[in-house]
Amino acid sequence: MGRYLLRCGALGYLAVLLLAPVGLVFYRAFEHGFWPAWHAIASPDAMHALKLTLVAAAIAVPANMVFGILCALAIVRYRVPGFRLVNALVDLPLALSPVVVGLSLLLLYGRNGWLGGHNVLFATPAIVLATIFVSLPFVVREVVPVLREIGTEQEQAASTLGASGFEIFRRITLPSIRWAVAYGVVLTTARALGEYGAVRVVSGNIVGQTETTTLFVANRYQDFETQAAYAASIVLALIAVVTLLLMNRLRPKEETR
Amino acid sequence: MAARAEALPLPRSWPSGGAALAVAFSTAYLSLIVLLPIAALVWATHAHASWQAVSSPQAVAALKLTVLVSLGVAVFQAIAGTAVAWTLVRDSFPGQSVVNALIDLPFALPTIVTSLTLLALYGPRSPVGVDAAFTRWAILLALLFVTLPFVVRTVQPVLVELDREMEDAAASLGASTFAIFRRVVLPNIVPAILSGVALAFARAVGEFGSVVLVSGNVPFRTEVASVYILGRIESGDPAGAAAVSVVLLGIALVVLLGIGAIRRRATRHDG
Repeated sequence: MGRYLLRCGALGYLAVLLLAPVGLVFYRAFEHGFWPAWHAIASPDAMHALKLTLVAAAIAVPANMVFGILCALAIVRYRVPGFRLVNALVDLPLALSPVVVGLSLLLLYGRNGWLGGHNVLFATPAIVLATIFVSLPFVVREVVPVLREIGTEQEQAASTLGASGFEIFRRITLPSIRWAVAYGVVLTTARALGEYGAVRVVSGNIVGQTETTTLFVANRYQDFETQAAYAASIVLALIAVVTLLLMNRLRPKEETR
Repeated sequence: MAARAEALPLPRSWPSGGAALAVAFSTAYLSLIVLLPIAALVWATHAHASWQAVSSPQAVAALKLTVLVSLGVAVFQAIAGTAVAWTLVRDSFPGQSVVNALIDLPFALPTIVTSLTLLALYGPRSPVGVDAAFTRWAILLALLFVTLPFVVRTVQPVLVELDREMEDAAASLGASTFAIFRRVVLPNIVPAILSGVALAFARAVGEFGSVVLVSGNVPFRTEVASVYILGRIESGDPAGAAAVSVVLLGIALVVLLGIGAIRRRATRHDG
């Protein structure tokens, strides 16, 4: 009896909190049929926004993947004095408000900033930098526990057999962390495609120029073009669903059961 | 070659060249991407003596609202998240794996889409007749949505690993279900709950995208800290924005240090 109560409570909570609102957005987007939604998505501004979002992710995700692997190796395998500080700093983007991230970049690259005057702000470079910042921790966070778990025995064996450092990395370390890397990359991609707050502050939010898809959604909604806003939301929601499926496939097995 | 000869006692697995590269690259990358902008932020508050901005009534109201609502949300998720994790691990019902996958939806869904979904359901055209838009309830709902995965995903693996023999032993000694949960299960999952709660709190304090469209942003009423910061930026007062930002930065750092301490304590008790 108690068990059914708990089950109904937990599932009811999830249904009210998650399923109902998301289902309704799909309904709203296609309320007036398929074609109005399609035309909203296929408009030049929407396509440009989608392209910009994809460009930012295409730069941020590989950069953070390489960083994530190297940083995890540095944290787990080499005890460098003071590196614990790096370990703590890696998590900062998880806990920091995206608006604060945007403001920090604004102050650094702004007119009076230390790195000002390079046409970074209100253009693609700023959007890319903001995206890299907010999606930075995920690969590191996934790879670190796996590296700890696999230990160094195989790597040491390879080393005594005369393998070079790069060979050990390519043939022993990389294959054993590849699923963690893949999972981290999925998380990084989801975060990169969905970023709004930091991008809003640094991009200048110029329609057709520095407007990403998330900005497109917000701007259309505020201009009372709700049809276009919901249609673009559907594109992002579908990407989220694909992400969800990939996450479920790649999640470390001990967490599921 | 020389590196390999030296590496024979093998205190570490890699020759030092690779190690130096990994350390140097990640330090440089982190400094350029994260550290330098944060330093610029902190410097901006120093340069303009903008501490007056933090103590302005509107800023104080925004910070107070943010911290209070976030605390409430985090505490609520401690209970709801633990119940959901328990249902996913110990219960079994058809469609469980789908529900398990759904837990990550708030993470995968862009926050601005979350805003729109909440407005669709609880906004002016609500099909269920609940118009919570532009009230504090809307902020609460948005934060509950985005912080859902944290406690579930930290408690779930611990519950899976938990040895059920202890619970069986307690049951055979006549302990009630509630007593078993409180005295056997709970002490084992408290560190996980606490780090989940801390993550949820940090996320709630900094949340922007899911709140900005639904809260109405009325100063002193429904304006949270991140929206206040954006307002300062857009009205050309980056120094004031930076001052409130540094408060949020401080909260984020304290939470991260707290989580680190919880984790270290938990692993020490394991060993």
